[in-house]
Amino acid sequence: MTSQPDATGHFGPYGGRFVPEVLMAPLEELEQAYRAASADPSFQAELTDLLTHYAGRPTPLYYARRLSETLGGAKIYLKREDLLHTGAHKINNCLGQALLARRMGKKRIIAETGAGQHGVATASVCALFGLECVVYMGEEDMRRQRLNVFRMRLMGANVVSVTNGSRTLKDAISEAMRDWVTNVHSTHYLLGSALGAHPYPLMVRDFHRVIGDETRVEILKRESRLPDSIFACVGGGSNAIGMFHAFIGDENVKLIGIEAGGRSLQLGEHAARFAGGAPGVLHGAKSYLLQDADGQAALTHSVSAGLDYVLIGPEHAWLHDRGRAEYTSCSDAEALAAAKKLARTEGIIPALESAHAVHEAVRRAPAEPGRLFVVSLSGRGDKDTDIYRENFPELDASGK
Amino acid sequence: MQPTRIQKLFDRTRKEGRAALIAYVTAGDPSPERTPEIVAALERGGVDLIELGVPFSDPIADGPVIQRAAARALKAGTTVPKVLDMARAIRKTSEIPILLFTYLNPVLRYGLDKLARDAKAAGIDGCLLTDVSVEEAEPYVNAMRAAELDTVFLAAPTSTERRLNQVAQYSTGFVYLVSRTGVTGERADLSGSLVPLLEKMRKVTKLPLAVGFGISTPDQAGAVANLADGVVVGSAIVRQIEDDPNRLEALARSLAERMKK
Repeated sequence: MTSQPDATGHFGPYGGRFVPEVLMAPLEELEQAYRAASADPSFQAELTDLLTHYAGRPTPLYYARRLSETLGGAKIYLKREDLLHTGAHKINNCLGQALLARRMGKKRIIAETGAGQHGVATASVCALFGLECVVYMGEEDMRRQRLNVFRMRLMGANVVSVTNGSRTLKDAISEAMRDWVTNVHSTHYLLGSALGAHPYPLMVRDFHRVIGDETRVEILKRESRLPDSIFACVGGGSNAIGMFHAFIGDENVKLIGIEAGGRSLQLGEHAARFAGGAPGVLHGAKSYLLQDADGQAALTHSVSAGLDYVLIGPEHAWLHDRGRAEYTSCSDAEALAAAKKLARTEGIIPALESAHAVHEAVRRAPAEPGRLFVVSLSGRGDKDTDIYRENFPELDASGK
Repeated sequence: MQPTRIQKLFDRTRKEGRAALIAYVTAGDPSPERTPEIVAALERGGVDLIELGVPFSDPIADGPVIQRAAARALKAGTTVPKVLDMARAIRKTSEIPILLFTYLNPVLRYGLDKLARDAKAAGIDGCLLTDVSVEEAEPYVNAMRAAELDTVFLAAPTSTERRLNQVAQYSTGFVYLVSRTGVTGERADLSGSLVPLLEKMRKVTKLPLAVGFGISTPDQAGAVANLADGVVVGSAIVRQIEDDPNRLEALARSLAERMKK
């Protein structure tokens, strides 16, 4: 099963390559370049060196003792991707793809971003390699993640505001694809999640696989056994697939993906694709899509911009249908409460995305004493300070 | 299989020594009720084939003009069944060939087989899905063939020789050549990549070749008519609908006058 996707980029009935003809040959070229690079020891050596000395790998697998003891059940470990340079796991994929772009002779990088974490990581690697950087970001996301907009600009990126549709990640991806269709000869599209047309879901997963690989080695060292349950939030699904992949063959390890439950599970109020979606095609791949009866993509909502997206990565759809991973959702309010709980018990402020995963682990822990949990703490909460302030006014000095 | 209206059209225009004028309109823009009269005006002005666009929420291959049209059409309540109604209404008074033009998801949601049957019954002659590559085309092409609908695929300046061959194999009616890399929209000049693409495509197929993306003025249309079997004008038509639909017939006429080789 780890040989997924097949040669044409399908994970069972999902994935594939659904793009305008202009992009087909460039995707074939990208796939060939990626396959050649992954087999090239010098590429791997350079990537490993950058992951170590630039990004800060390996990240700690931290035993959250106080959190676990407070809950009085399972033993909870946190995979600290939040400690990476630029503040989230996104840098793993950005370094890999930037090296690939350089190898392919592309001098211009475009990217989409939701929460801004992928945009910041992209801006950072572009500065590092001296590449031109254009980041598409929904106007609504620019408003709620304005600190990240500034960080990108400080590193020399051109952040382009996307004002159509829901003005969030979906529209930012559409706009990035339009740019790519136009400038395909000079430009590499540095897609930030395990989404899009083949080979992106494969390539992005592989660049994040290090998350699960490190976790596996470290937990065996510390506990002499594999974890019972692994938790990761799922927007497009990059940190989750990177974490899950090292454990897919271990049937006793439960893989739990947490989607954004938003305000409610009514269409338009959330981004829980498995709760309200059906198979569909968007942005190059077939997967579970939130859509209306006429096949129009639905609007979504989440307090967390990084999970606020209508389509789940195709490999997750396949893991879901096979029953190998289970998927649940966490509401805005639950994510906020989980963030506060982690901050108060461990002194760690998680990104709102990661707080969704924390919530599910916290919810299950009391009933599972003796079990080992690992939570992918995919990002840190600095970027969400404004949202936390809005939601915890009692803590704000300027508040009542 | 009987020749479709699309195939008969190109037989006729070839005999007449001219290119076919193909107009794209977004169905339901500005409202579902207006589409049949818009098509009638275009036909009076000399348009030979209508690409009837089903609006989609995320039109990644389209520039701002057609994006706005799709948004207007969706806001006006356009759905796939309503687009089929529009086709039926057009068919009451016209034999103009109609090519359904959209993205895969609305079609998938409606059901491939059901759409093919219902489209045929509504008087539609063929279909083009911008985001369906030949690699993913099998189920779609089979459904369309079973209903005797043409399937038109895109060829692009980036397409390799192998891909152009596949595009030719999967296409019936005509092949749609994308004149440049990029989204739909009006451009000041014609792309230098067009002539090489036409030459490569001619080598692999006898199907009529239509050219679109970026053609907006009568001069551009005339230049392309000298090279290809069909000239597609999209954004310029949609913009005219946005600005002043009463002048649509005159716009079509100014383009149709330039179709002679």
